[in-house]
Amino acid sequence: MTTTTIDEAPFIEPSTTAKRNYINDEYGVMSWLLTRDHKRIAILYMISVTALFFVGGFFAFMMRLELLTPEGDLFTSDTYNKFFTLHGIVMIFFFLIPAIPAVLGNFILPIMLGAKDLAFPRINLLSWYIYMIGAIFGIYVIVTGGVDTGWTFYTPFSTQYSNTHVFATTMGAFITGFSSILTGLNFIVTVHRMRAPGLTWFRLPLFVWSMYATSVVMLLATPVLAITLALLMIERVLSVGIFDPALGGDPLLYQHLFWFYSHPAVYIMILPGMAVISELVAAFTRKKIFGYKFVAFSSLAIAFLGFLVWAHHMFVAGISVYSALVFSFLTMFVAVPSAIKVFNWTATMYKASVSWQTPMLYVLGFIGLFTIGGVTGLFLAALGVDVHVHDSYFVVAHFHYIMVGGTVMAYLGGIHYWWPKITGRMYPEWWARLSALLVFVGFNLTFFPQFLVGYVGMPRRYHAYAPEFQVLNVLSTAGATVLAAGYLLPMIYLAWSLKFGRRAGVNPWGAVGLEWATSSPPPKENFHETPVVTWDAYDYPAFLKAMKETQNV
Amino acid sequence: MSDVTLHHGAEHAAEPHAHAHHHPFLQHHFEDLGQQHEASTLGMWMFLATEILFFGGFFLAYTVYRNMYPEAWAAGAHHQNWMVGTINTIVLIGSSLSMALAVYGAQTAKRKFTTLMLVLTLLLGGVFLGVKAYEYSIHIEEGLFPGSHFTYVHHADPSLTRGIELFMVFYFGMTGMHALHMVIGFGLLLYFIRRAWRGDFGEEYYSPIEIMGLYWHFVDIVWIFLFPLLYLIHGGA
Amino acid sequence: MAQSHHTTDHSDHVGHAPAHHEASLTAYFVVFFALMVFTVLTVAASRVNLGVWNTPLALAIAVTKAVMVILWFMHVIHSPRMTWIVIISSFLWLGVMFVLIFSDYLTRAFNIF
Ligand SMILES: [Cu+2]
Repeated sequence: MTTTTIDEAPFIEPSTTAKRNYINDEYGVMSWLLTRDHKRIAILYMISVTALFFVGGFFAFMMRLELLTPEGDLFTSDTYNKFFTLHGIVMIFFFLIPAIPAVLGNFILPIMLGAKDLAFPRINLLSWYIYMIGAIFGIYVIVTGGVDTGWTFYTPFSTQYSNTHVFATTMGAFITGFSSILTGLNFIVTVHRMRAPGLTWFRLPLFVWSMYATSVVMLLATPVLAITLALLMIERVLSVGIFDPALGGDPLLYQHLFWFYSHPAVYIMILPGMAVISELVAAFTRKKIFGYKFVAFSSLAIAFLGFLVWAHHMFVAGISVYSALVFSFLTMFVAVPSAIKVFNWTATMYKASVSWQTPMLYVLGFIGLFTIGGVTGLFLAALGVDVHVHDSYFVVAHFHYIMVGGTVMAYLGGIHYWWPKITGRMYPEWWARLSALLVFVGFNLTFFPQFLVGYVGMPRRYHAYAPEFQVLNVLSTAGATVLAAGYLLPMIYLAWSLKFGRRAGVNPWGAVGLEWATSSPPPKENFHETPVVTWDAYDYPAFLKAMKETQNV
Repeated sequence: MSDVTLHHGAEHAAEPHAHAHHHPFLQHHFEDLGQQHEASTLGMWMFLATEILFFGGFFLAYTVYRNMYPEAWAAGAHHQNWMVGTINTIVLIGSSLSMALAVYGAQTAKRKFTTLMLVLTLLLGGVFLGVKAYEYSIHIEEGLFPGSHFTYVHHADPSLTRGIELFMVFYFGMTGMHALHMVIGFGLLLYFIRRAWRGDFGEEYYSPIEIMGLYWHFVDIVWIFLFPLLYLIHGGA
Repeated sequence: MAQSHHTTDHSDHVGHAPAHHEASLTAYFVVFFALMVFTVLTVAASRVNLGVWNTPLALAIAVTKAVMVILWFMHVIHSPRMTWIVIISSFLWLGVMFVLIFSDYLTRAFNIF
């Protein structure tokens, strides 16, 4: 095991690097709030997404506290219902969906393409404002009494019976959806029309391929959520029976439409994670990703197949047996492209000299946890098993392995990896490794017991439970405490590094990619001259050669 | 291998501003108007793709309930005045024609013609919405507005009443969503009438108006489907 | 390497003004006239009882009209391949939604198990 230190990095920041960069180009609050620079918008998103992550985390922690004991002693069941609902809504709509695309994608994607900005900078800013308006609805609901429908807003409870703030919440989710549509639209057009000379499709970093696939899903799934929530709001306001069986409607139609969006939404969350992991694996093994084209096309395959499986959420809801068979079968298929990715990352690491810096630790965490999450997903795809564990903690553990073990791990890995590029400063390695370890241990301690307790029959969404489940629940709550520490720690040392971190050069990791060919932080226009790409993705020798040439000039 | 790309590099280095004259509407992050035009057209099509899925979800729900309540749906369609609907369809397709002509005018730098066609589009759109409002007022008078205002009873077969209410939910929902898109189109039209009159558009730069056209035609297409599905499904009469 | 000959999509157009295909005015008027004819046709067809065929016929006419608007009014007939891909895939996705949802609704009555 060798460790590449920063000092060995092959590039020295060219002396000609301008002192001006995107951060100090302009000053003042308005220069941020009215910016059209994709990098500044990424920072705006980073701040808002992080704030909401901790809001969602607060609700999760309150739930774990309540579940420490079998009795419902800390909160009433109504309060608990609101907590798990708000946890789900905040984490999914306001954190997981925008996190990687709108923060890392926004910052890195145009630079990876050698573009000066996204194709529509004003629309990019608009998407952040739309997100914020949605978030304000969310905050309004939280401070005025909450909502208790579960994040899925199942009808007719959400339309006829719940007397909490359903309308404002669905309005918030509806509005936020448009911000993700606009981000996806911007990314696709940018990838098609803004690539630097020489940057052909098969020279694109795998990050771009995955982000492109994510954008396709955002674009084609999110409008269906919009219309679903619009119908829900109409039903709630007018008291008509679009989904209420008592008034002639069909609640299953709501579930169909909702999951037509919300299953693909899982891929809006995990594909960006995979995008980050591909970059990190290549950077810290210093190798080409094994089977580049397979990994690239598997992203598109996931995007497409992800649309064909949604009714696996409805196996026990009363859909036809034939339909359930078809959906069960199709669900198995999605595992194939995901597995291709995992195999290819692993194959890339085989016999490589891996440097075990923090981002790479997150990669290991991601691969392990995502695999567990994926395989338990196959259990759930099987009709017979699903009937047994449906609505149990087994399901809860499964999707947290994908979303927290997968997406959040990848997000943190990506933040650490690109932190020197974003801020121009290195984070403190020792503290970062410690927090990666805490996150990994805390995560497993929180969620592995939930597989067990779910399999033996503990249902989800109750504030009280049978006493025999207590041991596993105590473990889970203990794990949540460790996890919380693991999430809070980066807040402190990353903030510290802004002022005291070591200055990062152009390419502190010695990685391949256009973002490592410009200064840290990048200038406002990303590059002083339009770059010309002469190397394939992750082609270390060719990239090194090209960099040396440009620096000799 | 790198010949091609090196050649590009040389070209860029030698004449960084090959697109010599900077058009006033060329945004800084695009190389030239061609790239800007292609990006914005593609962007609009992507947006329309989301619109297809958005209205598509509505059409899907419509189809599900029509399959569930075919008689009530036919009875509901009977309440639509097909003659008024036909006139409105013709008006809207006419506005699509004038919009297409406006784009043509922009491409050929006919300033007055473009402005005139945009104004005509606006007027025809206004007629459409006026007629729609008249239809709404009649339905509301008949107690057909769903929810607590729904006082209508289908006397021939009272068991259909519930289904008719559901039909009216879709009628008001779908035409309302369509009308909302037209109102947004009005805002865009007003903005472009001003710009066209000012003479912003010409042979080199017309993509904004072309994109506005795409939007308007899309709204027209939605109506092309709404018209038979809401007015004409009474199974012959 | 063959692929290095494909440069980015836009680089083919560097330095050119947007390529425009002025659809001839005649085409616009022909399409408008056809749309009018089809509108009258669909109304006329709805006045006749064709049994189950009323709706399919109305939809077939609507699809024809929509295709005409897309191809000529929206210039898709002269548009790059990418535009076609966007349109076709969005309708494909819509098709997936209809087919799979109706795979549930239309088979609910089968109760052999
Ligand atoms: Cu799913």
